[in-house]
Amino acid sequence: MNFADIIKFIETKTAGKFSIIEEREVILVSPANWAEISTLLKNESELDFDYLMCISSYDKGDNKTYGAAYNFFSLKKQHYLEVRVDTEDGTAIPSVTSLWQTANWHEREAYDMMGIQFEGHPNLKRILLSDDWEGYPLRKNFKEPDYYHGMPVPKDKSYWE
Amino acid sequence: MDTTLVERFDQDNIVVEKLDTLINWSRANSLWYFQFGLACCAIEMMAAAAPRHDLDRFGAIPRATPRQSDVMIVAGTVTLKMAERVKRLFEQMADPKYVISMGSCSNSGGPYWQYGYHVLKGVDLVVPVDVYVPGCPPRPEALLQGLLELQKKIKTETPLRKQV
Repeated sequence: MNFADIIKFIETKTAGKFSIIEEREVILVSPANWAEISTLLKNESELDFDYLMCISSYDKGDNKTYGAAYNFFSLKKQHYLEVRVDTEDGTAIPSVTSLWQTANWHEREAYDMMGIQFEGHPNLKRILLSDDWEGYPLRKNFKEPDYYHGMPVPKDKSYWE
Repeated sequence: MDTTLVERFDQDNIVVEKLDTLINWSRANSLWYFQFGLACCAIEMMAAAAPRHDLDRFGAIPRATPRQSDVMIVAGTVTLKMAERVKRLFEQMADPKYVISMGSCSNSGGPYWQYGYHVLKGVDLVVPVDVYVPGCPPRPEALLQGLLELQKKIKTETPLRKQV
């Protein structure tokens, strides 16, 4: 199925629970509807998205809107879909770890780097940075610390002069 | 001392030399290095250890534990998270111990110099470095030269006399 067919199919099942970003061929889902839509994508035999390729996170730049972009592929049907879930800072996105095991580490990374909360994740803690790291470094308003455990992380390099 | 020593043995089996020199000679020619790599420089370190470049011929063999290592080759990007581990491993090594900083990242932060929020700007901020090997990554030849420079440095030491 191509993008238009996929949209049409999802529309028949869950009308009005998502919007479409036409120029990018992406569907936009709110966190409240994401659990239902994701179950549909995985379990509906017409769609059969058995492969979660990637989860990316993004920052809209207004200091409150963040989001996760999911890239799905169906190995059996050979079709592709990107889904984005926007969230105001603090609102949790339902975890899809129970549907795709891949999501476990990807969601941890999105949490680690962008501070997106995932509801129902079995082990939501930092995956790359230290557990005691402060802030989420890929956010646009991230301020790097001056020191970390006594080691300098200087922004201006006058430390060496 | 190296080549001349053999020649002098040839003559009469007796060599008169400072004990310092003997100790330095043995230390410099059995530099067992700590076998760990942090990033892509480790690939070049492996290439240097492999038969084509063959670190073994200088007496340098990898050891998988800090207790048996004489030199730590910091090969790769030292993140802030890893820096604490690197420091701890260095402290676990037995004296005398040396550090070779391999590559731009461990020398100065390298490509993470400007915007790397997570990278230590030079491993010399946590451990004392003896030899810096420049490059990104350095060729195995560069690491070999770094090792030879360290050998030269060791041969100037006076282990039996108090350091001034």
